Amino acid sequence: MTNSKNTPLLEVKNLRKYFPIRKGFFLKTVRNVRAVDDVSFFVNEGETLGLVGESGCGKTTTSRCILRAMAPTSAEILFRTKEGRTVDLAKLTRGELRPLRPQMQMIFQDPYGSLNPRMTLFEIVGEPLLVNGMKNRKERTERVAELLRLVGLRPEYMQRFPHAFSGGQRQRIGIARALSVNPRLVVADEPVSALDVSVQAQILNLMLDLQKRLNLTYLFVAHNLGVVKHICERVAVMYVGKLVEMANTEELYHSPKHPYTAALMVAVPVADPRVHTGNVELQGEVPSPANPPPGCYFHPRCAYAVDVCRTQLPAFREINPGHFAACHRVDELKLPGIA
Amino acid sequence: MNTQTQPLLSVHDLKTYFMMDEGVVKAVDGVSFDVYAGQVFGIVGESGCGKSVTMKAVLRIVEPPGKIVNGDILLRRAKQDGSGGEEAIDLVKLDANGKEIRSIRGAEIALIPQEPMASFSPVHTIGDQIIETIMLHQPVDKREARKSALQMLKDVGISMPEQRLDEYSWQLSGGLRQRAIIAMALSCNPRLLIADEPTTAVDVTTQAQVLRLLRRLQQDRNAAIIFITHDLGVIAQMADYVTVMYLGLVMEQGPVDDIFHAPKHPYTQALLRSIPSVNSAPRVNLPTISGSIPHPFNKPKGCPFHPRCSKLMAGKCDVRTPSLQSVEEKQSASCFLYHDVEVAA
Repeated sequence: MTNSKNTPLLEVKNLRKYFPIRKGFFLKTVRNVRAVDDVSFFVNEGETLGLVGESGCGKTTTSRCILRAMAPTSAEILFRTKEGRTVDLAKLTRGELRPLRPQMQMIFQDPYGSLNPRMTLFEIVGEPLLVNGMKNRKERTERVAELLRLVGLRPEYMQRFPHAFSGGQRQRIGIARALSVNPRLVVADEPVSALDVSVQAQILNLMLDLQKRLNLTYLFVAHNLGVVKHICERVAVMYVGKLVEMANTEELYHSPKHPYTAALMVAVPVADPRVHTGNVELQGEVPSPANPPPGCYFHPRCAYAVDVCRTQLPAFREINPGHFAACHRVDELKLPGIA
Repeated sequence: MNTQTQPLLSVHDLKTYFMMDEGVVKAVDGVSFDVYAGQVFGIVGESGCGKSVTMKAVLRIVEPPGKIVNGDILLRRAKQDGSGGEEAIDLVKLDANGKEIRSIRGAEIALIPQEPMASFSPVHTIGDQIIETIMLHQPVDKREARKSALQMLKDVGISMPEQRLDEYSWQLSGGLRQRAIIAMALSCNPRLLIADEPTTAVDVTTQAQVLRLLRRLQQDRNAAIIFITHDLGVIAQMADYVTVMYLGLVMEQGPVDDIFHAPKHPYTQALLRSIPSVNSAPRVNLPTISGSIPHPFNKPKGCPFHPRCSKLMAGKCDVRTPSLQSVEEKQSASCFLYHDVEVAA
């Protein structure tokens, strides 16, 4: 297998997605909601990049723009195709995108809403195959059976409908559907957050296992820092439409460079009554991306804010090799992390 | 641990069944526990374990076709004739819509619901709704009620409370709304607070704020909290005493430290092993619990956990249902590994 872990499969440059707020008779655009504002990152082939943040930070919008389920306002989304060409997904037309679609697939958050209740498993998992030209029913049946086995379901279930399955099994069906067309990039948007704790681990293990077997590249969008640490090699943290930090998982958790990352980490309740968490004094709430504060978006809640933070937006820059952060005081602060 | 010996709330062998056309769903099937004043009592479990139905039974708000079919729920309270003594009333025996339960609901037992957006009326201001609660339970006029509503909003840390009092729930952010609902729940000084997944709908940083607030208020007022959640992290940080439920039954009960550091029941043990934690090593396979939670209509015979249990004793666990028995000084478990007492038929 051509496992080249140091070549980016996907490179996102200056991704912006603004939603206009229109008012008045002529629906003039008065302001923009900057859902994603100048986000740049890359995902290497065969690795898992986690995208974390609180609700409304733009992590889902980012993932949808990459798949062109939404048109970005402006961006360069460079994707290396199977043939080795590099294309800019943001510039392609719908027709040009079509042949590339099988190479990038999505796993959805809600295993109930994302499966059509009137379709059998065979139809659900087989539809992407049919759309992509596998007309022979027998061939398709074989492939669906193989996919179901791959995700740990019995091929005999093929003629059943989704209602007969539990949440975890449904998520397996969703994964089988995403993998049916041999994708290289899989965008998973909160794939386990709707599942029970005892089932989450099964799905995470399955995703890790499939990645090894099929050399998949994951963009893993989630808000649960425990889950992200478990599955990701690198993690990017978003806050109000911007990236605030990106680093290797262990480095990010061990020595966060941005006060928001550090606060997020301390806020997670640890399942051990002898460890006291949640003591950080993070005041207030996430600002609206329609009306972000001036300067660094995090400064009203930041314990370390100084004058420059209130006026100037910090640049997202590389501090150590592979460790990026957007903070004015990055060199002076010593922030607590998790061992 | 507790100066009082008498529990504030004592639930004994509670059974709540739902009589559906398709059959009977035994949502809560023989649950017992005691809650003491000043204690945070955690109920943890996955979906369908009956934790929310237990809470609804205590408040007597189980909707039909649900019905409390067995057990009693004793609430200890001051005698209503003013003699200063205490009495225990059985909430199960009260009329679910009667005057008595209505005087308890909201006043002595208050609820913090999961979804603050759905819990406030969107056409009344926050203030009106809190004032209504206060006037319903306390002999005060509107002016005084408004004053104490204002004080409540201050207590829960809402900035500009005068202004917020006249706003509608949809004008508030998620965190503020959660604080407002806590203010409403606490407005009549309840002795027992039931928090049903109070932080599931909010973000982690807001969750930390809300949990800290609840802890502080509980300590200030020496109230008891029944804290219901599926999040083991939240339970570890909040609760003093924990009940682990699975499919309508209590699997294990004990002080929080024992539950997390010396779990007895195989379900608790497996659950604790399978959570991805911020402290665990990255990218290694997690130990899992095989299978999934069965549908309530085909609950397994015997111990409800036996099809997924790694310590299954064939011929025993799949035939008889173990009862909750004391296995340590303060800890009890429903498992044949520790005793041989089954649930009375």
